[in-house]
Amino acid sequence: MQAQEIYDKLKEQFADAVIELKADAPSDPFIIVNGSELFKIAQYMRDKEEFDFDYLVDLIALDLGENLGAVYIFSSMKHKHRIALKVIVPKNNPKIPTLENLWRTSDWLEREAWDLMGIEFEGHHNLIRILNPYDWEGHPLRKDYVTPEEYHGMKVPY
Amino acid sequence: MGLLNRLNDPYEGGGFALGTVEDILNWGRSKSDWYLQFGLACCAIEFMAVNAPHFDFMRFGTIPRTSPRQADFIIISGTVTLKMAERIKRLYEQMSEPKYVISMGSCSNCGGPYWEHGYHVLKGVDRIIPVDVYVPGCPPRPEALEEGMILLQKKIKHEAIFNKRKRIAEEDRKLGLNYQSNI
Repeated sequence: MQAQEIYDKLKEQFADAVIELKADAPSDPFIIVNGSELFKIAQYMRDKEEFDFDYLVDLIALDLGENLGAVYIFSSMKHKHRIALKVIVPKNNPKIPTLENLWRTSDWLEREAWDLMGIEFEGHHNLIRILNPYDWEGHPLRKDYVTPEEYHGMKVPY
Repeated sequence: MGLLNRLNDPYEGGGFALGTVEDILNWGRSKSDWYLQFGLACCAIEFMAVNAPHFDFMRFGTIPRTSPRQADFIIISGTVTLKMAERIKRLYEQMSEPKYVISMGSCSNCGGPYWEHGYHVLKGVDRIIPVDVYVPGCPPRPEALEEGMILLQKKIKHEAIFNKRKRIAEEDRKLGLNYQSNI
């Protein structure tokens, strides 16, 4: 199934939560989706027989200046098609519903997005740091991050 | 009688070797150093290659030990992150004296390629534990690591065991460090 077909089918199911399809980007085509309806859209994509997206390939977090973005890439083992969904949230309130109950891998993928970019996933059972030390402050991969001077008595800069 | 006849040919039917007890102890200590099995990143892969038959690290008498209580020295190979640095300090404190540290690779010498932008990297493991031998490289060639091991063996061979404080104080005075001591 091509990206345009997936977009049309989603559009007739969830009318205004599915915002637009960007097929002319230099990357693979992706669909921009509203953050508040993400759980229902993802569940529909996983359960509907003609989509059957049973594999969450990756969760990519973006820093877009004033907003934060999250890109989910889904893939289907049976139908062998792939689509990306993009969700954009404001930086001062970055809340996205968690997909932990649908795909088990999103447990750690969302923990990584929280640790490095600061996107909060509502409903996640254990949203703590996974790569940085547990009492680290700040979200390092944001563009406005400043390296701390010292951590637990160790000098951090060179 | 037989012993006195053989004093002049050391290789025919047995001979004598004379040395101090300290020489023999240091010779034994340096040629059978057991290291703590510790590998962090790419330098650990290089260290595994040095252990393999082609370069054969074990011919220096080293055996990997899994517990810090049984180890003589530790080879810090790989990037030391701030999260790992606390554990390294704990392991180093658990090793019993005499203990040595070889720092292998750029990352544990001085932070390596992460020196500028690495917010999570400890710039050099000598910020937390005292290092005896630094082996440069990214990763070091196996021959370089073997040279580092030979240097550590030389360092152990010249170490003082008896009258340690007095002899270290004498050496420091020769280097020009005059400090107050009652030795």
